[in-house]
This record gives sequence, C-alpha cells and structure tokens, in this order.
Amino acid sequence: MGLVTVLIGMKVTFKHIFVPAVTIQYPDVKPELPERERNRLYVNMDDCIGCDQCARACPVDCIEIETVKSLPAEDLGKTSNGKKKALWVTKFNIDIAKCCYCQLCVFPCPTECIYMTDVYEFSEYNRNNLIYNFVTLTPQEIEEKKDNFAKLEAEKAVQKAAAAAKAAAEKTAAKPAPKTENKPPENTGSVN
Amino acid sequence: MLTEEKIPTKPDNVRTEEMVLNMGPQHPSTHGVLRLELTLQGEIIKECRPHIGYLHRCFEKHAEAMTYPQVVPYTDRMDYLASMYNEFGYAVAVEKLLGIEIPERVEYIRVIMGEFQRIASHLVALGTYGADIGAMTPFLFCFRDREKILSLFELVSGARLLYNYIWVGGVSHDLHPDFVRLAKEFIPYFRPKIKELNDLLTGNRIFIERTANVGVLPLDTAINFGISGPNLRASGLKWDLRRDDPYSIYDKFDFDIPIGKGEMGTVGDCWDRYYMRVLEMEQSLRILEQALDQIPEGDVSSAIPKRIKPPAGQVYSRVENPRGELGYFIISNGTVNPFRIKVKGPSFVHLGIMNELCKGHMIADVIAILGSIDIVLGEVDR
Amino acid sequence: MIYDYLYNLTGSEALAAFIQSLLPLFIFILPFALFAVLMERKVSAHMQDRLGPMRVGYHGILQTVADILKLVQKEDIVPADTDKPLFNIAPALVFVGSYGVFAAIPFSGAFVGANIDLGLFYIVAISGLIVAGILMAGWSSNNKYSLLGAMRSAAQIISYEIPTMLVILTIVMITGTLNLYTLSEMQTGYFWNWMIFGGPDFGISKFIFIPLMIIAFVVIYISTLAEVNRTPFDIPEAESELVAGYHTEYSGMKFAMFFLAEYANMFAVSAIVAAIFFGGFQSPFGYLGNTFGVHWLIPFEQFFWFTAKGLFFVFVQMWLRWTLPRLRVDQLMALCWKYLIPIAFVDLLIVGLITVL
Repeated sequence: MGLVTVLIGMKVTFKHIFVPAVTIQYPDVKPELPERERNRLYVNMDDCIGCDQCARACPVDCIEIETVKSLPAEDLGKTSNGKKKALWVTKFNIDIAKCCYCQLCVFPCPTECIYMTDVYEFSEYNRNNLIYNFVTLTPQEIEEKKDNFAKLEAEKAVQKAAAAAKAAAEKTAAKPAPKTENKPPENTGSVN
Repeated sequence: MLTEEKIPTKPDNVRTEEMVLNMGPQHPSTHGVLRLELTLQGEIIKECRPHIGYLHRCFEKHAEAMTYPQVVPYTDRMDYLASMYNEFGYAVAVEKLLGIEIPERVEYIRVIMGEFQRIASHLVALGTYGADIGAMTPFLFCFRDREKILSLFELVSGARLLYNYIWVGGVSHDLHPDFVRLAKEFIPYFRPKIKELNDLLTGNRIFIERTANVGVLPLDTAINFGISGPNLRASGLKWDLRRDDPYSIYDKFDFDIPIGKGEMGTVGDCWDRYYMRVLEMEQSLRILEQALDQIPEGDVSSAIPKRIKPPAGQVYSRVENPRGELGYFIISNGTVNPFRIKVKGPSFVHLGIMNELCKGHMIADVIAILGSIDIVLGEVDR
Repeated sequence: MIYDYLYNLTGSEALAAFIQSLLPLFIFILPFALFAVLMERKVSAHMQDRLGPMRVGYHGILQTVADILKLVQKEDIVPADTDKPLFNIAPALVFVGSYGVFAAIPFSGAFVGANIDLGLFYIVAISGLIVAGILMAGWSSNNKYSLLGAMRSAAQIISYEIPTMLVILTIVMITGTLNLYTLSEMQTGYFWNWMIFGGPDFGISKFIFIPLMIIAFVVIYISTLAEVNRTPFDIPEAESELVAGYHTEYSGMKFAMFFLAEYANMFAVSAIVAAIFFGGFQSPFGYLGNTFGVHWLIPFEQFFWFTAKGLFFVFVQMWLRWTLPRLRVDQLMALCWKYLIPIAFVDLLIVGLITVL
C-alpha cells in the first residue's frame, strides 16, 4: 500500500519533466513589469515647489529638503500644472538605500514631480553613491541664493529696526499730547 | 585490571548525562532566525527552549513616532509572508477607533486581497514543510503557484511582497482593469494544483509516517496556551474569527471551517495541522469565487481621511491571520501619533508550545513539529 | 576478449593487465560521474519546472567540468585535532570500495575486468570497504555530529546488505553461479529470457518464478538504494543531525572523491541489478550484428545495452530522490529488519523449494 502512494507521486514528477520551464534566463531576458511598479524614485526638479510634503510623509526619513525663499523680484517660473514657484530648492537628497519603496511620498506631491520609475538595477560599489542629489542649482548658485536671502533678511531687519525706532520715537513725541487732546475734539465739534 | 574497574552492573552505577544541543540561529530549514536549545537524553528530547529576539526591529516603538498612515509600511514587515493581512488588521483597528464607514467596494477588495494572501502564505508553509521533511519538489511547485498570486498583487499595488496597499479608510489604488479577469482565471488553474500537491505529498506513505502521531496537541492544552488559527482547528475546535467574531464583510460569504479529524493518526498531530492548511486553501478559493462575482463599483478613496487624528481612547481588534489570531491594541491620546500600538502576533504565542510538543520525541521530529506550527520570525520578534 | 587482445598487442602480461584495469576507470567511470552529476541537476530541474545549469557550455554541458576544476583548486583544510592518517585515507578507501566493484561487472560480451567465479560475493565484500571508509571519516573528523552521522550511515549500510545478500542467494539458487558474466550470458536471446521474467528455462517453474522475481527485484532495488545513501534513505547526506554528516570536514579534492564515489556507486548497483535481473549486456531483441552479419559490431551493441540499462536504473534512482521525502532513522531500520528481511527470506525459501522440486 505504501508502494502505491510512492508510484502515484512518481507519476506526478514524471509528468512534470515534459512541462516547459516556468523560469526565464534573467540577464538575457527581463520580465515585463506592470505600470504601477515601485522601483527607484525620481524627482523632476522643474516641477518641484519645495513644499516638503514628501519628506514629511516618508516613514523612514530618507528625503532631505532645504529651501530658500526667493527675492520678490525673481521669477522662478511655473510648474507644468500652473503653480507658481516661490522657493529655491537648495538641497534635495534621497538616500535610496534607506528608502523602503512604500510610495507614501508620491501621493502628497501637489505637482506629481516625485514618482517611482521602473529602474531596479542600480547597485553601486560605494554606499555613498546611493545618496541621490536632485538639485539642479550649482553650489555657487546655491551660495548666491542663500546670500541673497540673508541680505534680504538683513535689509528687512534693518528696515524693521528703523520702523520700530521711528514708532518708538513717535510714541515718546506724542506722549505729552494726551492731556491737551481732550480739548481740540470739543472745539472741532462745535464748528459745523 | 578488570576487578578494580567499576563495571556498571546495576542501573544506579550507570551515569548518563543529558546533552544540550543547539539548533542555532542559522538553520538548514527556513522559518527565520530562531535558536532552539534542546536537552537530550540519548535521542529523546527532554526539554526544548526557544530563544528569540534575533529579528527584533522595534516595530512598536517606531509606531509611537510615526503618524497613523506612516505605520502601514511597518505593519507589512512584521509577518512578511502575509503582509496584506497585517495591513488589514491595522486598518480595521484604526477604523474602529475613528468610527468611520468604509465603502462596500473597499471591503470587497480587502477580502479578495486577504484571501489571496492566505493562499500564498499557506503555499509557503506547505512547500517549506515538504522541504524540511525531505521532499524538495513540492516546494518548487508551491512557489510556482505563489508567483501567479504575487504577480496579481504586483498588478494592483506595485510590489510583490510588502504592499502598503490597504490604508486606513480605503485602499491606495483602485483595482487594475485586468485584475478581476486574471483573478478569475487563477481559480480554475489552481484547483488541480491542490490535487497534485495531495498526490505528491499529503497522501505519500513516507510523509504520513513522518508526521502522523508526531507532536500531538490535545485540545485542552491548545486552549490553555492560547493557540488559534489552523493549529487550534486541527485539534478539533471549530473556531474561526471570520465566523465567530466577524469583521469586514465575511458574514456575507458561504464557506466551511475544516477541523482536524485525526484521519491518519491522532487528532491534533502534525499531519492534521498540515492538512488543515490544504483544506483552508480550498475554502479560500470558494470565498474568492463569490467575492469576485459580487464586487460592486464605487470610489475607493472617498473615506480616506486627510489627517488621521482619532479621539483619545483605546481599541483591541483581531483578525484571522493565515497563522492565527492577529490582534492590534491601539491607545490613542488625541494626537496624530499613536500613543501605543501593541501587536498580539499568533506566531509568538504558538512558539510557546514547542516545549510541550517536543517532549518525548526524537530530533528529526523537532523539525517536523516546528514546520507544522508555521511560525514566521518577523511576527514573533516584530 | 580484451585482455587477450591487449596481450597480443603489447606482448607483456603485466602491461596488458595494467591497461585493462585502467580502462573502466578512465573511459567509463570518470566520464560517467561527470555526466551523472549533470544529469541529476538537469533531471531534477525539469521535474521542478525549471531549467538547471544553462550557462556553462551549451545548455550547461560543461557545468561538472567547472565544478571539478573548482574543487581541485580549493585549499585542502585538515582540522586541528583530527587523526591525520585516518582522515587522509578515508576518502581513498571509499573511492576504492566503489570502484573495485567494477572489476567483476561485465561491460559487454568481450570485456569483463576479472572473470571471477565468485563475482557477486566479491562485489558485496568490496563494497564493505565503504563502511570502513565512512566510519574512518566520521571518527577522524573530531566532530561529534560527523561521528553520529557516520555511525548512522554505517548502521544503515550494514543492515541493508542483508536483504541484498538474500536476494543474491535467491538468484544463485536458480542459476547456480555467482559469476556475473555467466549470469548475463545465460539470459541470452530475447527479453523473456531475462531473470525478471523467470529465467531462460522454459517450463511451469518459469511462470511461478515471475511474481517471486518481481518481489526480489523490488527488495534488492530498495536495499541498494539504501546502500548508496540516496533519498529516501539519505540521512547521512542531508541534515544528519542538522549538519552535513560524515563528510562535513572535508574540502577540495577529498570531497570530490566522496562525491565521485557516490555516483560511481550508484551506477555500480544499477549495473548489478541490471545484470542479475534484466540480462546485463544482452539486447532485448537480438543483435543487429547478427542480422547483418557484421560480427565485430556485437560487443559494441552489448556495451550500448549495458549502458542503457544502467542509465535507466540511475534515472529511476534520481526520480525517486526528487519525489519522496526522507525516512527517519528508526523507520529506516524498521523497514529493513521488519519488512525487507522477512520478505526476502520467504522469497528465498519458496524459490529454493521450487528449484529443488
């Protein structure tokens, strides 16, 4: 009786010799991936408005974004769906080694500039090469934007200080006035 | 000098020692990193102590720093062979806390994904169990069928193993237009494969000799230890959370709950636990057929809240994982981060009966018993 | 025969004997071992719906050559506290035990290594060296798991030699000879003269023998499967006490010798079973050489049939390996002592009675 079950098992394996293989020869033949496939991230910097939503949504904190406000006179252009950009993005690093490919950063992006491509063969010899820098400004430009912003802030601070000093001066100058202020409204009130 | 030597003639003179054998964290059989410390008397096991913690990744502590939607990728990675169900359990728990209603289409999608995941997880369990016992061919057949399910999941969510698909309040994408057709094609493809698996492994005399009457779990011991899922049903109790504590829309489907009958040996032995999983796969196919026919149209993202900030309170909700009862206990303090998430993983509880089951058996049986209770170390250690 | 041919060629007895003894090794066994490893991988792959080695050579033909080159250039690690002489001799002993069997197996009508009258007896005796080699390997490895694996393996092989010998005795009772060459010659003619179909003598006893012979064939096939440590009896090879058994501590060329010895052994027992029950080198339906009058073709045809039958049984061994799970040690012993030996014994008695009457 035990022999019969052995023979039944042997029949199954024998039939499988003639079934064609279900495997593919990988490096020569690559499988076709569906359209929603989640592989390496890509950011289209032309559309990025620096809103930081993707960095906040990421559960493993693999996106680092730093932005600098632009001067009011500068025109950074519009994104592809019509939003006006107002921030210079000075740092946009994605550590793709930390990324857990969960796609939570793709959904909050208002301009759909961060998305997952179908690239899955991106190994590197050096782990530091897996930190992807997406900014398109050169380091000098970044310095320049930061300086501009710092100058703008400094100017604003100076202006604010001047305005505050002025307001304080006006206040001290206007202080004796309250005792005499009661009379003029009565005089002006009687003249029609 | 023979007269001076102590020749052991009486049993009290013979000194035997118990040997401690370490089935170390690196295993030839799968299941993950687990260390079993076996105390042997000759070939027979006196005690078996599992040592865990090799895969602890601080899920519960991480969850305290994340917002509610960010926790979902972390729940995937606990029981990585049944990710959809982990997400399902979490979503059900948080929705209970929030008190929101889910569109019907979302419920159907969740049930369909859950049942496909159950089949995939059981295929891994059965395949690796065969490989542990020595039959290496069913392992590859099971994985070939599992590939079909994984490509269905890839079509819908974009990933093969860790999906981030079932979100609080809905699902992340609507079904792909081809999904229902391909899923309906899978069911008649898979039924003959179960029969093939039965021919090759379940009915095989050698397999029965290895697993019948080995590791018998009596029903009262099982209840005392808190066992759930297929292991409990194999010991004879008809307890299934989909029937007895229904969640989602499981009460709309018609399916049987198989229990162990001790056909090849005693009730509750390894063969029964193995066969439970085979029968459950068939029942999952039934649920899938009904669900795929009845799935309604609708909008899947209408109930997903913009910001999940549940009122202060706590909830415990449980679902029927392929391995047993998966429970989430969530305490919320009114902010966007959960105050505490505690997960009751079924594999953690089931590992506790290893000592009970292994006593009196031989070393080769330890592998058979460990494979039959079907643990995943990701869930044990979290 | 070949010995005479070589003697005429070289004029020296020693040289002729030397070349004749090397012939099976280099022309047949080593290429066969290379081929068998590849065959196992390809057969197992196709049974599992995959492809097996495909890159080295056309569809992976040169894979074993690559494996052997890899093993040869590996460092020969000898662990510290081992018993060095035993450690070094053990693989050689196992290899000699496996290879020595081929001396008494007839490869064709014109070639048999040594036409010993005690052929089968010699075969069983020489394969006993394998047990000694395994025990030496396990003991000298200084590793308690190796020792346990080796002892289990030795127990398995020794136990399963008993049904083998009982079946051989059965055949001897029918045919009256232990010489494998004469046994093969006796099964001449067509396939109904083979032993499995009752033997060359036509009569009522032939038909009574058929079920008995089939039972004897099954018994000897199972026992020889256990002797070569193949699944379902491969406790020593796979996960014995959770590690690799008696050849854990071997690396490089010594491991290669264990490896090749296993495949040589597989073919040897397949050849013995084929010779005893299925006519050895005889063709099932006459010789093309005879029909066309080309008489020098006959030894080649016989060699072809011998190889074909041996390869078929090797294929069945591989087939069983990839279908069946493993038996536990005590079940293995129970199978031998409680089932195979009584069945073989009863078979022997009945055949003996029929032969005498």
